[in-house]
Amino acid sequence: MSETIYEIRDLRLSFRDMAHKPVFKPASGIEVLKGLSFNIAKGGVLGIVGGSGSGKSTLGRAMVRLLEPSSGMIRFQGRDITHLNEDTLRPLRRKFQMIFQDPMSSLNPRRTVFAIIAAPLRLHKFDRVAIRVEEALDMVGLPRNFKNRYPHELSGGQRQRVGIARSIATEPEFILADEIVSGLDVSSQAQVLNLLEQLVRDLGLTLAFISHDLSVVRRLCQHTIVMHQGEIVEAQQTAKLFENPTTTYTRELIDAIPLPNLDQHWI
Amino acid sequence: MSFLTINNLTAHVGKRPVLRDVSLSVQAGEVCGLVGESGAGKSMIGKAVLGILPLAIEATGGEIILAGVDLQSLPAKERRQFIGAKTALIPQDPLTALNPSRRVGSQITNRLVDILGWTKPDAEHRALELLSEVQIDDPKRVMLCYPHELSGGMRQRLLIAAAFAAEPQLIIADEPTTALDVTVQKQILRLIKEMQARYGTALLFVTHDLGVVSKVCQKVLVLYDGVVLEQATVEDFFTGPRHPYSRALLEATPKYTDPTGSLTPIPLHVLEGVRLQVAAYDRMQNHV
Repeated sequence: MSETIYEIRDLRLSFRDMAHKPVFKPASGIEVLKGLSFNIAKGGVLGIVGGSGSGKSTLGRAMVRLLEPSSGMIRFQGRDITHLNEDTLRPLRRKFQMIFQDPMSSLNPRRTVFAIIAAPLRLHKFDRVAIRVEEALDMVGLPRNFKNRYPHELSGGQRQRVGIARSIATEPEFILADEIVSGLDVSSQAQVLNLLEQLVRDLGLTLAFISHDLSVVRRLCQHTIVMHQGEIVEAQQTAKLFENPTTTYTRELIDAIPLPNLDQHWI
Repeated sequence: MSFLTINNLTAHVGKRPVLRDVSLSVQAGEVCGLVGESGAGKSMIGKAVLGILPLAIEATGGEIILAGVDLQSLPAKERRQFIGAKTALIPQDPLTALNPSRRVGSQITNRLVDILGWTKPDAEHRALELLSEVQIDDPKRVMLCYPHELSGGMRQRLLIAAAFAAEPQLIIADEPTTALDVTVQKQILRLIKEMQARYGTALLFVTHDLGVVSKVCQKVLVLYDGVVLEQATVEDFFTGPRHPYSRALLEATPKYTDPTGSLTPIPLHVLEGVRLQVAAYDRMQNHV
């Protein structure tokens, strides 16, 4: 049994339903996560899949504590981080980083690539910032002179590499990747995924990979959690999940993928 | 006879070519897929046909023949009316295509009233009919909704209904399912295919997903940097693509049935090969 990096027990999270708020009464809550429990073992890649609105991004955001859960427990490396305040969390944030879906909106357009990657390093008081930025660029396969560029001067795949460089610069233990290849075309998607796979291996990272594309998850993740309407419907080794899905929802998700072949019955 | 014929279409941004001698034809009732990576010019072809190229891009050569009429031969106003009556667009992002401050019903009926001169009650009746055809329950209620009150799948259905409303003979679908998740994508693709078959519409389907192409198209064009690298029937393409770039594109496409054999980035020598092909074309043009 390998070491556990994340322990999640009966995690619940609800948002206020402002769309149907009575004028003079407090808004009722909508439960987005309905009691999730699972562990993430150290090393390797965990896939989190589900349709839109299934709560997969909310789960991810709660795990890196961008959102505070309503109840339940999140333990990171044995430490309960469920309700920690921001000051206590900040030193821990170095260890769990996030890569966002849309690099155009998660990279500051007014800052150079250098400033973008250096920001978390400065926040966490790292030494040799300039050298570390260059090392991070090396690791994601971008030329060092890209540090003087602005995000709009990069292609989609290159921008996503900058996002990856920023997340690995602080030498984290865990990275959450939220739909990071959904905006890329197939070739840059393949490049970015191969890069992630290599970084996980070389740096001994643990990665949680949120995606709606099961084909990508099949390739990248050893274990997969399938979410539907805020609940885990299936958690399984990825290979087994595809060979023998136990729930109809998983079956539907897999069947809905258009494979590039001549099977005309699919539609 | 083909409904849409494009001969040697060329377009430039300043001096830089974005479409290089693109030729294609789509028959009535046929679905033609345009694939390629971002920047390959696949959306530009659709926009050129609709006459909505961005201002910076100028069509510099070739001809577009729609229903037997060379579009260049028409004066601007007549051309717009002609294109408006014959074609429709299913856009990629339904939220930006719909006016957020107006109810969706009027956004469907306006097209019938303004372009085809229908009366308002007729148009409304037709809109209700179409909404049930695209499997929207309770179409009366949906007609009165604002776009933000509907889900992504609903909005896309609505735009499909709007596109088929005036019974156009050609529809250009510009990545109509990239914003949707797989289960909804399947419904939407099935719907487009059904509607297309029912009305016998010619369809130009822009996408980067070869999986989608294999399910809805009969013909496929592979583009790179504005050059058509391969044009084939779907049967030929998926049994044995001829161009090395097409083969590489297929190998880069993720397949859950073959996790180790897929997701190969396009090899450098293939990319270099297509770049040489593009450069050779440009040199030839400069000599002429």
